[in-house]
Amino acid sequence: MIVYVDNNATTKIADEVFEAMKPFLTDEYGNPSSMHTFGGKIRRFIDKARESVANLLGAESPSEIIFTSCGTESDNTAIISTLRSFPNKKHIITTKVEHPAVLSLCKYLETIGYRVTYLNVDSRGQLDLDELSYSIQSDTALISIMYANNETGVIFPIQEIAEIVRQKNVIFHTDAVQALGKINFDLKKIPIDLVSISGHKIHAPKGVGALYIRKGTKFSPFILGGHQEEGRRGGTENVASIIGFGVACELAKKYMEEENKRVKYLRDKLEDSILEKIPNTRVNGDRVSRLPNTTNISFEFVEGEAILLMLDQKGICASSGSACTSGSLTPSHVLKAMGVPFTFLQGSIRFSLSRYNTEEEIDYIIDTLPPIIDRLREISPYGK
Amino acid sequence: MWEYTDKVKELFLNPKNVGEIENPDAVGEVGSIICGDALKLTLRIDKKTGIILDAKFKTFGCASAIASSSALTEMIKGKTIEEASKITNKDIADYLGGLPKEKMHCSVMGMEALEAAIANYKGAQQKKETLAEENIICKCFGVTERKILRAISENNLKTVEDVTNYTKAGGGCGKCKPQIEKILKEYWEKKASSKEETRGKKLTNLEKISLIQETIEREIRPNLKVDGGDIELVDVELNKVYIRLLGTCLGCPAGGFTIKEFIEKKLKELVDKDIVVEEIK
Repeated sequence: MIVYVDNNATTKIADEVFEAMKPFLTDEYGNPSSMHTFGGKIRRFIDKARESVANLLGAESPSEIIFTSCGTESDNTAIISTLRSFPNKKHIITTKVEHPAVLSLCKYLETIGYRVTYLNVDSRGQLDLDELSYSIQSDTALISIMYANNETGVIFPIQEIAEIVRQKNVIFHTDAVQALGKINFDLKKIPIDLVSISGHKIHAPKGVGALYIRKGTKFSPFILGGHQEEGRRGGTENVASIIGFGVACELAKKYMEEENKRVKYLRDKLEDSILEKIPNTRVNGDRVSRLPNTTNISFEFVEGEAILLMLDQKGICASSGSACTSGSLTPSHVLKAMGVPFTFLQGSIRFSLSRYNTEEEIDYIIDTLPPIIDRLREISPYGK
Repeated sequence: MWEYTDKVKELFLNPKNVGEIENPDAVGEVGSIICGDALKLTLRIDKKTGIILDAKFKTFGCASAIASSSALTEMIKGKTIEEASKITNKDIADYLGGLPKEKMHCSVMGMEALEAAIANYKGAQQKKETLAEENIICKCFGVTERKILRAISENNLKTVEDVTNYTKAGGGCGKCKPQIEKILKEYWEKKASSKEETRGKKLTNLEKISLIQETIEREIRPNLKVDGGDIELVDVELNKVYIRLLGTCLGCPAGGFTIKEFIEKKLKELVDKDIVVEEIK
């Protein structure tokens, strides 16, 4: 049995999505930029997908959406485009808990003359909005703050943040890759200028993302090439995946309310049972303002990779913020920024659910996990 | 996902010798929970013979740290203290069928715990207490210059990344990377100049043989192993080196080429320009 609870990493392609994509991977292989009907007729399918994406975001118009290759490209496009549009502004504000797609770029920008303010988070992983307000300077070009955190699921008060930023007349970008399809947001009501999203987190395939660019926002393309996406992103469209992304957005809109209630129930059951059954365990991050599908739990005195590999033996797919799994030697920058105690820092596990998870699967994890933690604590010199 | 060998997986899932010996004859503790891994090794030693009768471990860390600890206890049981003290991190990694390069520091931790236990048995002060006097290079993980130099010389490390993989030094904030770079540069420069000296003067037969052995171990075998090949040193007579081809080198149509163009060339370069290599079948 495979129990997949790593949906913040990637998701299963929905059957409806795959079915919708199939013709464009086989017979309908035309290039939407072509003059002949065989290719040209594909354009309207892309237009339809663009409408579906715009609709899920609550965008004013589909023309505010450009398709990209992934969330990382969307983030890079948003940030680089804004900096190019305001060449005299040399200051950026972001947070310490952003995804590497934003953080790595900011670290690089510091080496070429930009100043970056990394906002702190408290122990719940929440921002201090006063710190944000007084960090804004006269040459702040851009504020980039994620909607929901990929590791903890903590949701930032994006509406309030957007209003603060708007008052100061600065461009506001949000990486909403994890928020999309999991919580409802309406860009008609929230004044965000640029929003990054990705397909494969909402049951579309990998290799497609999108960037929302509010009408009137200064923009300069990141990938230069042909006239695709109205000259805003060169390169032949990833037709099948874009169409899949469109269908995935329609499904997300349809299922969000009902399924998220069920997913939240399963997540809460998993979390409460683990806390009850396993001593010396804590949940990392704000439990109130949080995505309904994510829980990040730390087990004291044991190491995350060891837990993951034992779960893997039992067919359970999760992830960890421990140093050993990060590919570097330091544990999760998100948990460190939150000041998670060092005895818990290396033993974090993230379970992220989707609408495809069943209660039976959650019960299986609840039964499987306690003996694993017990065993590793027996091996650990810090265990009981 | 790490590529662990079956042996690593086996010793991680079913580790041997987990626990703590009551009233042990020796204790070795290294690492800390802050650094991400820690190992406590306890030994029962026969005081008359110096034989390690029992060894147990407790480890906080990832799969390869647990497997390395378990491997270490299996390797030292039944050995005398003297024999055990010759075990290097490479031996532990070899016992496991190899470790991913990013995980080599787990085998180094095993070796250090053993050393600490032996020092403890011999009544010497634990290294920890003298740490303050040593030159700490990596402040994030508390790695000393001595530890870095040792990892470089024992494992033939050439880059800062290698040093990080073996000792963790430089893996935190990264501020000490220029210092590590400098240590590497100085070590290899010194090594090169001492080689020049040895090549300049006439080697005794024994010195020459050990230099040949060292060159084969460090420079030749690792390269052959990449393609599944290997060689074995059979004999040395003056400048004639007799070797046996093993693994995929055996029966390889390019075997002769490998002997002349790679093995002999390396030995000529690093040991003596008059060396001739011959194959024993």
